[in-house]
Amino acid sequence: MAEQTPKHTPRHTYVYVTYIVSTPEKVWAALTDAEISASYWQRENVSDWKVGSEWQHRLPGKAPDVIGKVLESDPPRRLVTTWEVPSDRGNPDTTNRCVFDIEDQGGKVKLTVTHSDLGDKALKDVSGGWPAVLANLKTLLETGRTMPDAFSGLGAHPRG
Amino acid sequence: MADDMDRVFKALADASRRRLLDLLHAEEGQTLGALAARLDMTRQAVSQHLAVLEAANLVATVRLGREKLHYLNPVPINEVHARWIAKFERPRLDALAALKRRLEGEQDG
Repeated sequence: MAEQTPKHTPRHTYVYVTYIVSTPEKVWAALTDAEISASYWQRENVSDWKVGSEWQHRLPGKAPDVIGKVLESDPPRRLVTTWEVPSDRGNPDTTNRCVFDIEDQGGKVKLTVTHSDLGDKALKDVSGGWPAVLANLKTLLETGRTMPDAFSGLGAHPRG
Repeated sequence: MADDMDRVFKALADASRRRLLDLLHAEEGQTLGALAARLDMTRQAVSQHLAVLEAANLVATVRLGREKLHYLNPVPINEVHARWIAKFERPRLDALAALKRRLEGEQDG
């Protein structure tokens, strides 16, 4: 399926940067391992992470909230996926794109999340969620523990 | 960590820089030129403010060809929220939850 950018709805991009005292390999594992992702993100990320494969974002054992395709996979440096709403699959209006760039800065890792091609509704859902997800990821990797209240009062998790 | 937080508060302790963050919140991915035009400041002054914001990780940049696009990065503000606000909200949220349980309990009875 060819990538297309619909012109009739406004599309937005969010860029999040966080610095984590960790290694690129650990950050990659935290983003792609089902069990680790569920521990700080509530939902597990499931895929074989090969280009062209499907990935799912779901409560453990439940139907996915977000599905998509792996567009680029270069462990432990870069992961590009599409995010789609399962009930609205293939609709370019509700499909968006997420890039994880993992940069080793000697003792710490710069993690950049670029979530683009977002419609207005997706923008609202995403904007409340990423800071909490990234804060919890940072806490997990730096302390070995997650924050019990990471998602309280901060609205929804990121979704398509 | 303390240094990171210092940089965030110092970056926020300036009206022009807060205005820059407001502009980036209203419209993401702006160039230096666009921001300078909106603030009625020289490019040089805006560039210096953006450098302070970027050092505090409040602004993330993306290169697109020759242009550099600026994005509000809310992650450090989330850390301020977690450190200074979330923990004070907790008792209030607990009180609301207790009230909800009591009212719903009364309805059941």
